[in-house]
Amino acid sequence: MTDKSAIEKEAARIAERGESAPRLARDPVNLPMINNWLEAIGDQHPGYTEVAPPAMVQVWTMGGLHGQRTSDDPLGAMMAILDEAGFTSVVATNSDQTYHRYLRVGEHVSVTSTLEDVTGPKKTALGEGWFVTTRSTWYVGDEPVAEMRFRVLKCRPAEKPAPQPEAPRAQAIRPAINRDTEYFWEGCKQGELRIQRCGGCGLLRHPPGPMCPECGATKPKYLVSDGRGVVYSYVVHHHPQVPGKQTPFVVALVELDEGVRMLFELDGEPSIGLPVEVVFTKIDDELTMPSWRPRADR
Amino acid sequence: MNAAIVGIGATDFSKNSGRSELQLAAEAVRAALTDAGLEPSDVDGLVSFTMDTNAEIAVARELGIPELTFFSRIHYGGGAACATVQQAAMAVATGAAKVVVCYRAFNERSGHRFGQVQTAAAANIDNSWSYPMGLGTPAAMVAMFARRYMHEYGATSEDFGRIAVIDRKHAATNPHAWFHNRPITLDDHQASRWIAEPLRLLDCCQETDGGVALVVTSAEHARDLPNKPAHIKAATQGSAVDQFTMTSYYRDDLTRLPEMGVVARGLWKRSGIGPSDVDVAVLYDHFTPFVLVQLEELGFCGRGEARDFVASGALELDGDLPLNPHGGQLGEAYLHGMNGIAEGVRQVRGTAVNQVGGVEHVLVTAGTGVPTSGLVLGQG
Repeated sequence: MTDKSAIEKEAARIAERGESAPRLARDPVNLPMINNWLEAIGDQHPGYTEVAPPAMVQVWTMGGLHGQRTSDDPLGAMMAILDEAGFTSVVATNSDQTYHRYLRVGEHVSVTSTLEDVTGPKKTALGEGWFVTTRSTWYVGDEPVAEMRFRVLKCRPAEKPAPQPEAPRAQAIRPAINRDTEYFWEGCKQGELRIQRCGGCGLLRHPPGPMCPECGATKPKYLVSDGRGVVYSYVVHHHPQVPGKQTPFVVALVELDEGVRMLFELDGEPSIGLPVEVVFTKIDDELTMPSWRPRADR
Repeated sequence: MNAAIVGIGATDFSKNSGRSELQLAAEAVRAALTDAGLEPSDVDGLVSFTMDTNAEIAVARELGIPELTFFSRIHYGGGAACATVQQAAMAVATGAAKVVVCYRAFNERSGHRFGQVQTAAAANIDNSWSYPMGLGTPAAMVAMFARRYMHEYGATSEDFGRIAVIDRKHAATNPHAWFHNRPITLDDHQASRWIAEPLRLLDCCQETDGGVALVVTSAEHARDLPNKPAHIKAATQGSAVDQFTMTSYYRDDLTRLPEMGVVARGLWKRSGIGPSDVDVAVLYDHFTPFVLVQLEELGFCGRGEARDFVASGALELDGDLPLNPHGGQLGEAYLHGMNGIAEGVRQVRGTAVNQVGGVEHVLVTAGTGVPTSGLVLGQG
């Protein structure tokens, strides 16, 4: 059963059943749950001692960790039909709630649900899908106290999954490190931006090397840079994808106050002459990567 | 130099050759030998790029070349192109070999694509100052220079685009070019997507499957062969102070290509000609901004003046310095500069599809941003 008319027929059948039987909340409206909710949401309003925040209405009738839909729940029935037809993923939901009055501590609510609308199939960026709309009504006794229109997009996963926007740092290209360069990467781990300084003539040099091109000495040392400089040039990279990066991103060549240039990623809007400072990001125990950010005092 | 290019050969230029890189190399070498009027058994030297996957001995086996007395490789990607001819010419001049074939063949579109990030390349210590930071493609590496060049000289994306328009115009009338009959306008260039700002898609060369080969022998031997020889008037390599491969970002001036300046000085000195004597310029064009910098570095115009020089129309086929009459690597094909040398030979012979009149000297350059090389080819 995959064709449009079959799904629409099932939808009509479920909609005809009308409102599901009232399902009673597990607990009456209570202060401990109100306090937990306020804390989780970060709502510091002092007024919720005898009444519940209206937006909590759905909380009272949630099924809990092991909850199961009732057999006459129209959303559950419609989802099963769409699952069977291959529209297996929920990719978007939205809800509009209307509150008729505050719920008081001690009141025991129940909820009913009706299937309002099923529209599809619609082509979306995430694949072909159906919009399913239900209406829930909360009651205290026979009195409706709140309503919700809930809409869900139920999709058939596209043949080729959409490219993952996530670019985990762990996938980033790692530097090769040898005797000549390990002081630099060790410095990054310790939060220091190190510039090679010749132990013979004091020449500052980056990228570093084992023998000073000025005096020929083979005793490189380093100084710790203030980590501040200005952008000398930059690139905004768009294509192709780069492992561990999310495009577009900026790579900037920066002239440090000490006089040498270093090239790192820049987190910010680039321009030549932009004052920047170094920041360090720990990738794992072996690697900390330096990058630039615009200076706050610029 | 007492040497000449006497044969050129190439496969078709495509996006999916459907055959191995060795087959492409063997086909190109055989075509070049046929063009030269020589047999595989005449060959005793082979030169290629370090990056080429086809071993000299494998090429020799396929061609039935029995013995080799000289084989050599040149480093630094496209910077090797003209240097393969220099190697061959030196081998011929010293008697190390009599007939040397230079070749380059790859499936650079259907196989290993240079424009993608080569994660393995980060294992190189020099690359560890760029790849891990996200700067891992040739386009992005050139873009870093281009941005500074724009800043210092007021050049714009349109100034870069004019190079692409000229190359594509020339390719449009070259039946061997991938972009035959497909010229572009400056508006097309400006509408093309960003690859690595300030470079757009149409600032970047093609990716190509194919092979090119060149046969080099002595001037004396050349006289006995069927084609008009393209004499090697000068050939040199060039590397400059604080040189890196694509990332020489630590020099005082980021708007120059001093390694091409080394090549220019060597070529003018050894050939005895100067910029005003060049009839055709085949300039390496993997990315448009470096064509502007080369024009300055080679002495065709002053520093920062290339955009005006280009806008003047000098690079048109009827201009003062016709550029890449075959369409270059933006228009004809990306064969790591070797197809440009073949075009230089055709211009000297007088057999090019977009032939420039009265050609005495052709300048050919190799890869930019890397240690590079150059050639002056000319009449006998």
